Amino acid sequence: MAPGKLTIAGREFNSRLMVGTGKYATNEQMVAALEASGAEIITVAVRRVNLAEMGKGCMLDFIDPKKYTLLPNTAACYTAEDAIRTCRLAREAGLSDMVKLEVLGDEKTLFPDNEELLKAAKVLVAEGFTVLPYCSDDVILCKKLEQLGCAAVMPLAAPIGSGLGIRNPYNLKIIMEAVSVPVIVDAGVGTASDAALAMELGCDGILMNTAIAGAKDPIAMARAMKLGVEAGRLAFEAGRIPKKLYATASSPLTDIIGS
Amino acid sequence: MNITVNGEQRSASNGTTISQLLDELQIPQTRVAVEINLEIAPKATYGQRTLQDGDRIEIVHFVGGG
Repeated sequence: MAPGKLTIAGREFNSRLMVGTGKYATNEQMVAALEASGAEIITVAVRRVNLAEMGKGCMLDFIDPKKYTLLPNTAACYTAEDAIRTCRLAREAGLSDMVKLEVLGDEKTLFPDNEELLKAAKVLVAEGFTVLPYCSDDVILCKKLEQLGCAAVMPLAAPIGSGLGIRNPYNLKIIMEAVSVPVIVDAGVGTASDAALAMELGCDGILMNTAIAGAKDPIAMARAMKLGVEAGRLAFEAGRIPKKLYATASSPLTDIIGS
Repeated sequence: MNITVNGEQRSASNGTTISQLLDELQIPQTRVAVEINLEIAPKATYGQRTLQDGDRIEIVHFVGGG
């Protein structure tokens, strides 16, 4: 049995794992890691073309556009204005309306500036973008993002690149109860069990970059994450047993020898 | 005339179109976006739109990111 599909803004995806394309040692390593992850949605950043390095080819030369849905991000944007500008450029460059909207508040934590995020989301939704916002794990904020018309909410599990794992599973649970758009954990996971936990909680998907790209063997970690996400999702769909304090025997308690 | 491309000053001949600039810079037109004085130039206009003296041009593409 395969886990159920993920639907974002009417589009179906088999994989619930989305991965970033940053920080790999080489493009070849990135391609192999993407393949091993089974991801169908991959994030990319929007940057100035380096005029001195033209003719050397770019990272997209390595990626099969038929195989992956590109999700441009607004990384390094600290105002709604910059994030909106970046999304418009991304749409023109990639001809897709789907964007990962992030508006950062501070360089040390890379936590979102949620006030600017709401402002940007409102404008972008009105312009027809499919907005997937990276946000705090705050239920009120997530409800507001949903009301504005965002296609999903992407609360962080922990600071970007920290590898601290799911720091507040209870907030994620509350968010999942409160919104009807997909809840995609974005940022903070470190290893496969973190991914499995997010999925066991019932999250619809998970997005990560550093946990894979920064691992000693990124390709092996990409596969581990794929398996972790699948295992966690299946466990969620299967319905786990309730936790109890005391034992329940697994073997029959009747016809015991010598009784 | 003088234009600024991605923050660098350059000279260009009068009547240079966006397409010509991209060719000159060896930038393939697919998967890039061009902004002139903060306004996006739609791809369909690259062949006709001529650059003006003092234009500030941004040419962006996708790079690895999370």
